[in-house]
Amino acid sequence: MTVRAVRFPRLRGGLTPWLFLLPALLIFAAFKFVPAVRAIEMSFHEVRPYLGDRWVGTDNYGTVLSDADFGAAVWHTVVLAVGQTAGSILLGLVLALLLEGTARHLWFIRTAVFLPTVVAVAVVAEVWRILYFPGAEGILNSVFGWFGLGPSDFLNSRDSSLSSIMAVGIWRGAPYDMMIILAGLAGVDRSLYEASAIDGAGRWRRLWHVTFPGLRPVFVILLTLAAIRGLRVFTEVFLLTNGDPQGSTEVLMTLIYKLGLERHDLGTAAAGSIVLLLATVTLTLAVRARRKVGTT
Amino acid sequence: MRQFDTALGFAGSRHPLLRPLRWLVYLLLVAVFGGPLLALMVSAFSPVASPTSLTLWPEHVTMDNFARAVDRGVLGYLLNSFIVVGFGLLLQIAVSVSAAYALSRKKFPGLRLVYLLILSTMMLPEEILAIPLSVVLADVPVVHVNLVGTLAGMIIPVAAWGFSILVMAEFMREIPIELEEAARIDGAGEFRILTTIVLPLCRPALGVIGIFGFVMIWDQYMLPLLVAQDSAQFTLPLALRTLRSDPEVGLGVLLAASLLALLPSVLAFLAMQRQFMKGLTSGAVKG
Repeated sequence: MTVRAVRFPRLRGGLTPWLFLLPALLIFAAFKFVPAVRAIEMSFHEVRPYLGDRWVGTDNYGTVLSDADFGAAVWHTVVLAVGQTAGSILLGLVLALLLEGTARHLWFIRTAVFLPTVVAVAVVAEVWRILYFPGAEGILNSVFGWFGLGPSDFLNSRDSSLSSIMAVGIWRGAPYDMMIILAGLAGVDRSLYEASAIDGAGRWRRLWHVTFPGLRPVFVILLTLAAIRGLRVFTEVFLLTNGDPQGSTEVLMTLIYKLGLERHDLGTAAAGSIVLLLATVTLTLAVRARRKVGTT
Repeated sequence: MRQFDTALGFAGSRHPLLRPLRWLVYLLLVAVFGGPLLALMVSAFSPVASPTSLTLWPEHVTMDNFARAVDRGVLGYLLNSFIVVGFGLLLQIAVSVSAAYALSRKKFPGLRLVYLLILSTMMLPEEILAIPLSVVLADVPVVHVNLVGTLAGMIIPVAAWGFSILVMAEFMREIPIELEEAARIDGAGEFRILTTIVLPLCRPALGVIGIFGFVMIWDQYMLPLLVAQDSAQFTLPLALRTLRSDPEVGLGVLLAASLLALLPSVLAFLAMQRQFMKGLTSGAVKG
């Protein structure tokens, strides 16, 4: 393949890198940085289309921080984030330990187990809405029936709605965590297993004293990624329950979405976004700082 | 020492019950994680009446669901999805390669700042920015274009993605500088060096960002939700919700549409699995 020489006019070396960076920087500026700045600006205003925005100081933040709906949404978001993170990592660890190895059949099983992570969230949500059909004739309830467990209302009841969403998150998240943990397991020194076995350590002690310490950095990464993803959870909840029944699954992002795009209270919605953004940034930086301290 | 191949070290164990037990566990895992998706795919080909009749073994195979899905405009949604993922991915790869080239192979004042800026975009996801993003999409700064109601509104914002720029830059850094210097002595310009020297060596990294970009754009939900004004701009994932709540349409159409929405990313993943796994770990370690 011959590529015709497209010669840029020989600018002085100082400009060339900026030319190559320009497309990325322009797009980021328009769709990341400008919206971030607009969010800050809007959060201090009562946003009135056609009438002009009115400065309201920190009123929007006051609303966000004192509103009962927001309080409940924060709680649901945290519960969901913590539950999904812990569940995915634990299940992912079990999966990784069970499916570690180089045999061809293991590779095949790992692929099958990994599929939920690749499938679009929207499809996952629709599948689970069907599986979660309430009443004894529902698919998952039929499976429960084999074990003599009573039919659950899943997404339709206040008591089980949030944990039902959590289960979907774990189902989709655990295979991802499994893959990262498998990569971590590959990095654990095999000779340490051997040495500890010679010293008389059993399978469980070996796991506890050799494998888990070797996996520590992996766990830190997974915790960060999952916590950040958990805070901005939207699509699953939007499609599974959209906050219902009776607000029992309302998370921050579904509430902000409703406030901003359905009730057109853009100022308060923006204030909510900023609070969420600050939480995300703080969390990321905190873990990064800890990681740096930990590795040196 | 075969016995210590894995953390659990079961490979060397000879207990007679262990083999069948392991296969039982494997079967259970595949059923739990693959089963629902398989049931969805199979049921799309079976006559479906109620939301409780997902099946792994249809009584007879029919294409009815797909025919009715086509009546409901699924091909249009699919086309929208393909347009968005096609153009979005092409732009994303071009933008990533270009930015990564500057980040990894040039030294210039401000390099660290740009690097940090790109890293920080990963902390500004569409979800959190949804409200101001919807305002910006309706009136893009400086050029004052309204992207709401256009497919371009779903394509242009995904053209720059921090993850693929950083993965690409990381990879390009490993390419020896001598190759480039030789070309430069021969009189090759920057663009030519990038396309004929650096890019061909980046094939593995292109695979990684290609597959991740594909899955990421196909999975987009918030952005299309903000941009689409009516069903003419719906992507397939976005349309599922409408198809589900359409009272005249049974579950069959939803199943057929879901199958179509699921297939491309799964096929892309299966085709480029090795690259995907490589990217998964490199992305996570750097993330």
